[in-house]
Amino acid sequence: MQRSWHRVRPALMEALAILIFALFMVPFFLVVLNAAKVSVDIIDNPVSWPKAWGQLFTNIGLILQNSNINYWPSFFSSAIITVCSLAVIVVFSAMAAWVLVRNRAWWSNVIFMMFVAAMVIPFQVVMFPLVTWFRQIEVVTGIRLLRQYLGMIFAYLGFGSSMSVFIFHGFIKGVPLELEEASTIDGCSRPATFFRIVFPILQPVIVTVLILNGIWVWNDYLLPLMILGSGNMAGAVRTLPLAVQSFVGSYVKQWDLILTATLMAMLPIIVLYLFAQKYIIKGMVEGSIK
Amino acid sequence: MRTKNRWVNVLFLFPAVFAFLMVIVVPFFVGIYLSMTNWDGVNPNVIFTGLQNYTTIFQAPEFLYSFLATTAFTAINVALVNAVAFGLALLVTSRVRGRNVYRAAFFVPNLIGGIVLGYIWQFIFNNVLPAMGRSLGLGFLQTSLIAKANLVVLGISLVNTWQYAGYIMMIYVAGIQAIPASLMEAAETDGANYPTRLVRILMPMMASAFTICLFLTLVNSFKQFDVNVSLTNGGPATIFMMKAINSSEFLALNIYNTAFARSKLAQGQAKAVLFFVVLVVVSLIQVWVNKRKEVEM
Repeated sequence: MQRSWHRVRPALMEALAILIFALFMVPFFLVVLNAAKVSVDIIDNPVSWPKAWGQLFTNIGLILQNSNINYWPSFFSSAIITVCSLAVIVVFSAMAAWVLVRNRAWWSNVIFMMFVAAMVIPFQVVMFPLVTWFRQIEVVTGIRLLRQYLGMIFAYLGFGSSMSVFIFHGFIKGVPLELEEASTIDGCSRPATFFRIVFPILQPVIVTVLILNGIWVWNDYLLPLMILGSGNMAGAVRTLPLAVQSFVGSYVKQWDLILTATLMAMLPIIVLYLFAQKYIIKGMVEGSIK
Repeated sequence: MRTKNRWVNVLFLFPAVFAFLMVIVVPFFVGIYLSMTNWDGVNPNVIFTGLQNYTTIFQAPEFLYSFLATTAFTAINVALVNAVAFGLALLVTSRVRGRNVYRAAFFVPNLIGGIVLGYIWQFIFNNVLPAMGRSLGLGFLQTSLIAKANLVVLGISLVNTWQYAGYIMMIYVAGIQAIPASLMEAAETDGANYPTRLVRILMPMMASAFTICLFLTLVNSFKQFDVNVSLTNGGPATIFMMKAINSSEFLALNIYNTAFARSKLAQGQAKAVLFFVVLVVVSLIQVWVNKRKEVEM
């Protein structure tokens, strides 16, 4: 009895594992399956095998040409916003964190505590005043922030900085001061010391900050909705989640096209995950535990 | 030299601190003020009304219901996500073949935005499951889970579990791997069977992972928005305190709809301030729990 259980258990575990894996993957599978059909066939039977896989490419072509989702412009808007936001978040948060660690004074404590405390603030409590405030800034200074890349990137710097400063702060505390002193003696200015000596050492934690903020910014819905608006005017800046949302709103129940659109919205990040899986998991998990 | 250093400090701090002040600090305080006015976003004449918005929202059944629904969702979701995530963590740290592939795969849903996921699951709940129910003759599958006012919260929780469990699993995995293997082996030699080892050794040894995950899922569930919008958008309608209300309109969505769909910006802001207060209380409890544990250790 005991012996047979020992032989059966691994097999049972394996069967269970495969079953759970299948359950987890079914939604993706259903998306691909039905993105390769025409609407009538989906209504008829959403779990049947597609009649011809060529329909998948026809549907993808339809999405690419659709003026409502505007796939490529939306994709590039999302990409521009994500890349620029990440660049400013990483550089400016690291700079700020370094100054805060290397100056032990009342003001550095106050600023650091401010960043930490702000992590509790949910977006909901600042989002309405933020829009009014941005409009006010435009009236007073003439700088346009609403419906602009500039406003998006500036907002992401503000919202991303508290967590990022916190993560950099924790890491820089462990960087030996001797390294910086040596470079100062060699005649490096303070900014040069930071960019030539400190910043390169931060590389592993920079990856964490990039991934943590990157996934958030790329998938974010509410902040772009507030700053860019939900309209679909020609030439307006619009991110991919906003585009998908407005597309679904106007093509109610056209599941062939909706599912193709969701497939194409998921694809970029899944492809990235295939290449950078190790870093993505590490970055997202480490960031949360801190 | 010293004054030069000071300039470097100011220059280095300026971009991050400036953006932070402009985007979070100023709107935060402006927002608290505006929650006590008749602000509507259009009329520039904003009049201070004290706590009137707060008393109004407390008397509104839809807000009370939204609060209860969010709390129910949070309770169900915290339990479901953590149970599934812990189970998955045990699975991928066992000796089962292909465990690394499973670990990577369970993480995937978490990379995709809630808006996109919500639409996919709307399709599954409204089309795939009823179709399967019809062909298999299973009555309970034939009406969509998210079309029933009493079950819709569970439906959203299922989606959130699918989305989030892989992420929480990773934290549990880290916790399990931090336990020295010799400890579990010693217990095995002493004759402790698997459930005993699990409950008596593994779980107590990773108590901090449980604390992290519980608070993470708690805050995350309470803030649920994206999936809520795309999966149900608050529906279906139901009756509460003799008023028609949305049965799955969680707080974040309720705040948004109060401000835009119902054009009551100041009331929406007052709700947001309350939302913030609840989250502060949760965070303070978390800090307190962590402090207490440090003393014990």
